Amino acid sequence: MNKNSWILYIGILVFGLVAPFIFPAFKVQLSILCVLIVLATTWNIQGGEMGYNTFGNILFYGLGMYLCASVQVGMFFPLAEWTESGGEKTFVHTPSQFFQGMAVGLVVAAVVPTIVAGLIGYAILGLRGHYFAICTLGLGVAAGEISGGIEIIGAGQGFTTPPFPNIGGLEARGEFFYFLSFGALVLTFIAVRAIYTTRFRLILNAIRDNEDKAEAMGIETMKYKITGWMISAFFCGLAGGIMGGLVGYIDSTDVAFDGREMGVFMVLMAILGGKGTLWGPIIGATLFHFFKEGFWTFFLGWQYVALGVLIVVIVIYFPEGLMGWLREKYPERFGEVVDEADRKAQVELK
Amino acid sequence: MDFLVFQYPMITIQACLDGLLLGILFALIAYGMALQWGVMNIINIAQGDLVILGGYIAYFMYLYGIHPAWGVIVSPIIMYFVGIAIYKLVINKVVDRDLFISILATFGISILFMQLMNFAFGADVVLANSGYGTTMLFDNNVVLPNSKIFSAFISIVFAICLVVYMKRSKLGRAIRATAQNARAAKILGVDTEKVYAATFGINAALCGVAGALISITFTIHPYMGLPYTIRSFMIVIVAGLGNLPGVAMSGMGLGIFEEFADYILGTEFRIGSVFLLLVLILVYRRFKLSRKREYLK
Repeated sequence: MNKNSWILYIGILVFGLVAPFIFPAFKVQLSILCVLIVLATTWNIQGGEMGYNTFGNILFYGLGMYLCASVQVGMFFPLAEWTESGGEKTFVHTPSQFFQGMAVGLVVAAVVPTIVAGLIGYAILGLRGHYFAICTLGLGVAAGEISGGIEIIGAGQGFTTPPFPNIGGLEARGEFFYFLSFGALVLTFIAVRAIYTTRFRLILNAIRDNEDKAEAMGIETMKYKITGWMISAFFCGLAGGIMGGLVGYIDSTDVAFDGREMGVFMVLMAILGGKGTLWGPIIGATLFHFFKEGFWTFFLGWQYVALGVLIVVIVIYFPEGLMGWLREKYPERFGEVVDEADRKAQVELK
Repeated sequence: MDFLVFQYPMITIQACLDGLLLGILFALIAYGMALQWGVMNIINIAQGDLVILGGYIAYFMYLYGIHPAWGVIVSPIIMYFVGIAIYKLVINKVVDRDLFISILATFGISILFMQLMNFAFGADVVLANSGYGTTMLFDNNVVLPNSKIFSAFISIVFAICLVVYMKRSKLGRAIRATAQNARAAKILGVDTEKVYAATFGINAALCGVAGALISITFTIHPYMGLPYTIRSFMIVIVAGLGNLPGVAMSGMGLGIFEEFADYILGTEFRIGSVFLLLVLILVYRRFKLSRKREYLK
């Protein structure tokens, strides 16, 4: 790492720490942005580096969301009565109960999806290409439909997460969730960046480029594929747990296992920014969030129409994303050596 | 859990017959899916939304006082042109690309259609009442609506017509040739671009027929499209591309499975069980193939 990138990282960190005080009206938006970046970055481990395009990370996200809220409630109060009474009216968390519950809930929300990913990984990751994509799409929708029929977590009527406790008249809900999601973002970034400097990334890229050949070279591809998926699941579950508390209300198909929104968003953000790069998903998520909020505000009701058109346009015209476009334009900046004569010849050919 | 269905044979017969008639409809949609998958190598996530759109055409005829059964004729004609339009705007740009691109692009179309239908027709669950009455069997123990029998009959007629058309007509021969080898077909003078457009149009028309029948027999709703896509995908992967009797058989099997899942698990798990079955089938096939060190391609 050279000096410039250190300055960049510290700048972003400082900006992230002071952002909620500079833009106090956008605290919730900034927290959602952090969660979106986490989701896009972890999708990129799967879709970008490993070449396994999944719609199924929403499974871990929704699982984490339900688990975190259930643990937070279930540690202190009977869960069934909570969901039946619609939540906060009958039982009230004290501040210490809330924070204890949140801490344990987030750990559970991150660990259990990781274990689930490890368990189903051997079966699911044996599929390839579009079969994998459709299978994971099916998994996500099935999870949503099934959790919508389970009584104890609220079935069709939804699940209200514990409201943020009022500590001596101090309104700190926005700050709390912002720093929580920003912390998750920093953790994800550090972890992913560390992973991308190791041999593990090269193995994932080998799997993407030619899995049979990688296997023939003596790499146990299945082991690495499952590990990659488990890493994704860990951060997706964490992001889901935070998002559940942030939204304050969990519904099976509209919030938790929302394949039509979040499940597609994470794919789209990674592709928009450029899959297979570290910064691509982050830039993609930021751009996408601005675009989405603009549309959601000014074209209320037409947002899904805009989303559908956006998906088609991005997929058809920018499948390489922003980073891919930059890479083609300025290959030297990405550490690729370009022969000047060769380049001229190519331009002439065009 | 409710195992009443096995204790009373009449309920079992009812579920089987319902599932059989439903499955024939699924097979019709799956046939369209197999056609475009085989010819153009496209997996169309918007398949189910085309079905629902076809259903709304029949429903609107019903609203304006025309008998919805005529939708079986009108809907495919309109849907054919809708299909051609979608092909010209989007699909022709993804035909030669990675399959995931086509999945994502058609996912976008699916979201677009869902929301446009929601605006245009409202978010209510609707059905077009055909007024066909019911047939009673086995001392009035088994009730079959005539509309279901009608829809199964029409599906079979359309499927047979299409098979004959594919075998005999010039376009049908061109489509089959393109499916076998697009490059060779092009060299031998087949306009593959036209063939692709026609294939997508025929697929949309089939969806239109199925949709009109569904609006008569069951109910339609703007957001109900995705389960039909998943069902047809499942039927195609179980039967294999280009295996028509297989498509019909697995369609009926799926219909019967769904009716039993409905009785045993309860209606709220019906769609969930379909999606779970898809996952199980894929995983089963993956393990079966991995014994020979192969994988689904």
